[in-house]
Amino acid sequence: MASTLVAAPERENYLNNEYGISSWLFTTDHKRIALLYLVTITFFFFIGGFFALLIRLELLTPEGDLVLADTYNKLFTMHGQVMIFFFLIPAVPAVLGNFLIPIMIGAKDLAFPRINLLSWYLLVIGGCFMTYTILSGGVDTGWTFYTPLSTHFLDTHVIAAALAIFIAGFSSILTGLNFIVTIHRMRAPGMTWSRLPLFVWANYATAIIQVLGTPVLAISLMLVALERIFHLGIFDPRLGGDPLLFQHLFWFYSHPAVYIMILPGMGVISEIVTCFSHKRIFGYQFMALALIAIAVLGFLVWAHHMFVAGISLYAAMVFSLLSYFVAVPSAIKVFNWTATMFKGSITYSTPMLYAFGFIGLFTMGGMTGLFVAALGIDVHVTDTYFVVAHFHYIMVGGMVMAYMGGLHFWWPKLSGRMYPENWGRLAALIIFIGFNLTFFPQFVLGWLGMPRRYWQYSPEFQVLNVLSTAGATILAVGYLLPMVYFLWSMRYGKPASDNPWGAAGLEWMISSPPTTFNFDQTPTVTWEAYNYDELQEAPVER
Amino acid sequence: MLSNTFPLWPTRASTISGQVDALFIFLLMLCGLMCMAIFVAIVVFAIRYRKRPGHQATQIEGSNAVEFTWTFIPAGIFLFIFVWGAYIYFLERTPPRDSMDVYTVAKQWMWKFQHTEGQREINELHIPIGRDVRMIMTSQDVIHSFYVPAFRIKQDVLPGRYTIAWFRASKAGTYHLFCAEYCGTNHSGMIGDVVVMEPAQFQSWLNGGGPMGSLTQTGEGLFQSLGCSTCHRLDTQGRGPNLIGVFGKPVLLEDGRTITADENYVRESILSPAAKVVSGFKPIMPTFQGIVSEEELNALVAYVKSLTAQPSGAAQNPTFQGPAASKADTTRQR
Repeated sequence: MASTLVAAPERENYLNNEYGISSWLFTTDHKRIALLYLVTITFFFFIGGFFALLIRLELLTPEGDLVLADTYNKLFTMHGQVMIFFFLIPAVPAVLGNFLIPIMIGAKDLAFPRINLLSWYLLVIGGCFMTYTILSGGVDTGWTFYTPLSTHFLDTHVIAAALAIFIAGFSSILTGLNFIVTIHRMRAPGMTWSRLPLFVWANYATAIIQVLGTPVLAISLMLVALERIFHLGIFDPRLGGDPLLFQHLFWFYSHPAVYIMILPGMGVISEIVTCFSHKRIFGYQFMALALIAIAVLGFLVWAHHMFVAGISLYAAMVFSLLSYFVAVPSAIKVFNWTATMFKGSITYSTPMLYAFGFIGLFTMGGMTGLFVAALGIDVHVTDTYFVVAHFHYIMVGGMVMAYMGGLHFWWPKLSGRMYPENWGRLAALIIFIGFNLTFFPQFVLGWLGMPRRYWQYSPEFQVLNVLSTAGATILAVGYLLPMVYFLWSMRYGKPASDNPWGAAGLEWMISSPPTTFNFDQTPTVTWEAYNYDELQEAPVER
Repeated sequence: MLSNTFPLWPTRASTISGQVDALFIFLLMLCGLMCMAIFVAIVVFAIRYRKRPGHQATQIEGSNAVEFTWTFIPAGIFLFIFVWGAYIYFLERTPPRDSMDVYTVAKQWMWKFQHTEGQREINELHIPIGRDVRMIMTSQDVIHSFYVPAFRIKQDVLPGRYTIAWFRASKAGTYHLFCAEYCGTNHSGMIGDVVVMEPAQFQSWLNGGGPMGSLTQTGEGLFQSLGCSTCHRLDTQGRGPNLIGVFGKPVLLEDGRTITADENYVRESILSPAAKVVSGFKPIMPTFQGIVSEEELNALVAYVKSLTAQPSGAAQNPTFQGPAASKADTTRQR
């Protein structure tokens, strides 16, 4: 349709129908709110990334020389808090999910547009408290807030940081609630559950965890605050409390939170792999079921963070066994993505490169999960760099790869412009190399026994740490590059057609960028998801 | 070892470390193989089915048979790994009977060790080869974690209770001791050395400490000076229970429960006497919270433990003398 390169008068869309700051701050359009989230979390991503870079620079030498011990402790604490609560958890659901879920199910908006805006404001208010914490000297509890360290042994801004996360948690709960209601109630005629794109299934599974899990985080942080302010004996044994109680409460949320971070990414990858293989997803039902299985089983494995914490022998065995159960649906997903490529027609566009990266890195992250779930091995590697590497392979190698892939994939829809493809491919490659160089040596470090959260370390660990730091600088370049060309493309990018990838799904049947109400009239769905058999392939480019 | 500048494998210096490494190597090979299979499949598919003129995607819906295959085969493999890992963990968590006990107090940012013979050490732990060593550990402040990579052993050290780790060193040398649980400012400085010695050397090290009295003797002194002995009389039944022969045995409580008198029970009874009162006695004992230090507590626990064997002189093995029947009883009731 819009294949003419001559500057045609721009069609009205959600970006140009209103102007001015208040048209953004008071918008209830899910697409505009998605962009508000995009700006917010990008800001926090670079703050968290800056902390990470300082951590890696400090670890270049065995001595603690770049920053003070307390500063270092604050850096890894705030790196974790900012990245998890202000980037990873909102990343795919609040940006891509917000933008796409109503469109993918054929709706005009989310079920509660105002609550959607409120969620963004809550994240911003939480973000203000986080920023205040950072600027006023920081906090050094570790992102885990372990008691009694966090309640009675630190005089940093523990309450402010806890409050920041407490508030951001409600943003997450409301987003989840909004998604659940929307997906149940707002599907277009014919959009049955078995026709939903897997991206919607993934966000649905995530929303369940957000709604059921996050309140427990709020409770744990509130109890920390109560013990800290009023000296109520909840966790500190000197007051009659139990420090392990905190760990149980904390991980009851924070392990499922790992799935809040990875499930939406899995949804993104399913969309990308099918599109760039021009093929149906292999085993749709199993893929959807696996998402729900991960969400449910994810609630039953929290104490695998506590195998050496002092829980009973048999409790540890039960949690180890359940952790292996949750690995099964994750394996199913990897196998199905790979099988989807079988006999496909595969294009190596930037989103697909990220999908390749995701599958590879998530597989490695998942496989090392088998190591840490094995009780006898976990005793040795828990609280070492092995665990740090393991969860970064899932969170950064998995989730951030998926997020970047998704951002490139739907950028034409979000912005109405194409990003420069070759720059995109280059950045994906740099990120992949930088990531592996950063985190692979950390597996070795952990197996050798280097504990995490160490400001200074024994000299024999230096070579691997230098490699890791070198990788981190490459990674930083890889993340800055898309930032530059995305901004560039908003003005100079080639205008995007409605369906530049030849992709299936309702979002590709409306204009790029969409109009405020997405559809001129409510669509009636008569096809399965990923009906690539009915779609023409996009013409080969370049 | 410490001198090596670029090691890729940690030293094996305990009997359990070989078992841990065996499972680790098995997992490396298994996961390496599975990763390779997936990576190769992706690369092959990406090249073979690349988009090109004249090539069309074949639409495949999926296959239940295939799905079940790659659900149940991995599940079976996972179960196998679970059992293997759990077996090693069971060994790691089950201390043998006649072990050498080392009492440990962790604090920000220091490790303090008390040998039963009376030697005290800070950030340095001397132990002999070939002897089962049981670390009875507690923390004075926050949570720490006792971690010796060469032994593949790690155990969090909690305030307010004892946790236990055990190992048997198999190779002489000096090994890292790390605190593995983040504990505040100087967490990375809370490190030390574990010195594993030949038994003869260790004995002379023990003897070289000078006359300071064993931990039990220290405990006995405290037992007198704190006035414990006025109620817990050793000759006859006083206002508190006679403690001879109590340790390691089941104890009937006032509320009808039966528990085993282990280190944690003795500790709790000193700090929170009213928590688990022995049947037939009144909760009249005052708390010693804040009166005895962690080190003194350890000495008292060691003394109460020693009361099991001494008076009769008949028993050689100080622990687990209870008749098999009564032991089975306690396990059931716990």
